[in-house]
Amino acid sequence: MFEILRKSLATGIVTTNYPLVPAEMSSQGRGRPEIDFANWRDARPAAAACPTGALACEDGGGTRAVKLDLGKCTFCGLCAEADPAIRMTNVRELATRCKADLVTTVTYELSPSRAQEKLLDPQPSNVKPQPPSLDAIGAELKARVNEVLGRSLHIREVDAGSCNGCELEIVGLNSPVYDVERFGIHFVASPRHADMLLVTGPVTRNMEMALRKTYDATPAPRLVVAVGACGCSGGIFGQNYASLGGVDKVIPVDVYIPGCPPNPYALLHGILLALGRLRL
Amino acid sequence: MNILPSLQPILADLTARFDARIAAIAAPRANEVYFQARMELVPGFCAQLYKKWNGRLVSLFADDARAQDGAFHLYYVFALDAAHGFFILRVPVSAAQPQFTSLTNALPAVNWQEREIQDMFGLKLEGHPNPRRCALHDDWPEVYPLRKDFGLHTVLPPFTGERHKFREVEGEGVFQVPVGPVHAGIIEPGHFLFSVAGEPVLYLQIRLFYTHKGTEKLFENMPVTHGVRLAESISGDSSFAHATAFCHAVERLASVEAPPRGRALRTVCLELERVYNHIADIGAMATDVAFVVANAHAMRLKERVLRLNDQLTGNRLLRGMAALGGVRSDWDAAQIEAIRRFVVELRPEFDSLVSMIRESSSTRDRLETTGILKSETAHDLGVVGIAGRASGIDRDLRRDFPHAAYDGLSFTVPVYREGDVLRRMQVRIDEVQAALTIIQQVVATLPGGPTRVAVPTLPANQVALGYVEGWRGEIFHWIRTDETGRLARCKIKDPSLQNWPALSEAILGNIIPDFPVVNKSFNLSYSGTDR
Repeated sequence: MFEILRKSLATGIVTTNYPLVPAEMSSQGRGRPEIDFANWRDARPAAAACPTGALACEDGGGTRAVKLDLGKCTFCGLCAEADPAIRMTNVRELATRCKADLVTTVTYELSPSRAQEKLLDPQPSNVKPQPPSLDAIGAELKARVNEVLGRSLHIREVDAGSCNGCELEIVGLNSPVYDVERFGIHFVASPRHADMLLVTGPVTRNMEMALRKTYDATPAPRLVVAVGACGCSGGIFGQNYASLGGVDKVIPVDVYIPGCPPNPYALLHGILLALGRLRL
Repeated sequence: MNILPSLQPILADLTARFDARIAAIAAPRANEVYFQARMELVPGFCAQLYKKWNGRLVSLFADDARAQDGAFHLYYVFALDAAHGFFILRVPVSAAQPQFTSLTNALPAVNWQEREIQDMFGLKLEGHPNPRRCALHDDWPEVYPLRKDFGLHTVLPPFTGERHKFREVEGEGVFQVPVGPVHAGIIEPGHFLFSVAGEPVLYLQIRLFYTHKGTEKLFENMPVTHGVRLAESISGDSSFAHATAFCHAVERLASVEAPPRGRALRTVCLELERVYNHIADIGAMATDVAFVVANAHAMRLKERVLRLNDQLTGNRLLRGMAALGGVRSDWDAAQIEAIRRFVVELRPEFDSLVSMIRESSSTRDRLETTGILKSETAHDLGVVGIAGRASGIDRDLRRDFPHAAYDGLSFTVPVYREGDVLRRMQVRIDEVQAALTIIQQVVATLPGGPTRVAVPTLPANQVALGYVEGWRGEIFHWIRTDETGRLARCKIKDPSLQNWPALSEAILGNIIPDFPVVNKSFNLSYSGTDR
């Protein structure tokens, strides 16, 4: 007993002060890809290297539309390896309330040799590092959630077919390092006790009904957070005979947290964003 | 045929015994020999390898080769651990009469695998004691997803939730406790139906495949380089092991070998994966018997490993690191120094965690004699990995089939006979300590040179078996290329599939409140099983 206490005291406080202090990210860690749109000549090799279709391009009528969808991105960095115009940053707090915010679309005028000659939309919507201002819906949500929940939030985690990678990091939120309970946030055993569903996986055909029933069993007002590339979009599994391709195919989603898997900081960021407890 | 000398006597014995009824068709690698025979010969072939040569069936799967051969093929993969080789028996199944004979009565280890073949290929099982659906749930229409004429993007009618007919357990005072698929903890989905009389469990039925994502079919529809990334998502906690098993299969098929430095880095990553998972499990087992402080320390240590992973590979679960022909990135002096420092700092911390658990008599009381998996049962069910080694099964691919850089390393494989939760924890403790030694050895003798070699376009119509001893147990990936060199089949064998039925045996007679700790002591992957 005394030995246990001695060890605890000797170990000291290991909990991060996030979000009051910035997340400690390894400089090697791969996060949001940054693309030099203005000097990009050919998106095709990078798109071909992308295993999930997060980076895709389509030619038509002398133009090329290029789309980067962070909801599909697994941050593997293969595009950056294929193309010097792309650089992987270590920014991983990428959660958004609106799925469209995860997508950047740009259009180029093509030369006869199909090189990207001119950027037609010189200010792609998401080139600048996020943060979109709190829109009306977000403000309303924040007010409603705060009113009902005060400073406490109960989360029911639902694995709707994930590979267990997201679970591994979600479990980490309960570790002394991230200690989600310091925010008044608890993981609970039943959806009936929950205010928020944290849903992972592309939603398999075999989990669709279980997810619906869990959602129905959660009392309103309830929040749904889709976690990881699979939860946001189906990820590398996409949509197939056994996979529905994302949580919002089945239930309405309030916040999307990209990542494969999102690390605990990214998860905390997304959960706090859903609660309106982050200043944007 | 150019095969290992240790396999020669076995080959000679089989040839003498079965004569013209088997044809040794090829040995694409010195430790991977293929045979072909008719269905009638399978039980005899199997018995001979089991009884005389201590072989074991490690994977059984089907392949739709109707386009090339007018038939389905069944593959029975036997590991001959002592002779360090694999014998693989290929059995054609006529497309006109799609049925095959079950081995389950003699060999319970193949029960689920046979049923999965029936579900996914529509090959009807003959003589199986329990031929109900396994991989596809009851409400699935009559489709066979792994047949070539079934498209990946086939749209099926929405799930209606037909009720699964579990076996009834009756008797005075007997009642049933259903749990899942959405569990109370932050874990994967599966359904457990306990039949209990008072507190002790009389019978446990496990229903899985809730996370079936069409993974094997997906491999057939993507370029092989993307397959590495898909393999990372088979089971999140074994991202690197699965991806490496896949790379190993592709490299063997292409007749290339990862360079020494690439193999060394692979070994470090495999051991880091083992370390973080074992530490997490040790902590979680402590939590399940209410020793929460130990878990807090374990999670703190696990976080250190995950941060090191991030620093070394750019991802906390080592994703993005595996690559065909080696590993994707090299480490600089600072990163290697970080590994050295990590090992030196983690060792006393881990030892302190272990002694904290060991000195808690109430914890030991809950773990010892709980959830016993008898050695004989483990043998019958073909249990592998940690669970096997805690029940007297002395097998480890790192030693018996050296891959990555394990050949030149010295390490011991812990084996215990008691088969209880305490021993499954002890195997993990021993393996973490061995892993730290392995990492130290590799880093001390790190060879120079490139970390990866180019893998050429894959040859057409070839097959290969890749393998890795993941932290949970042995992982196999078997691949076949089509006439254009694209992947025509990728069979994934996660150790969990083999071990789940053992959980049903280990829990018998234990009380339901001990189920979480027994379950955690196996810590099987749902996603790796369901794919």
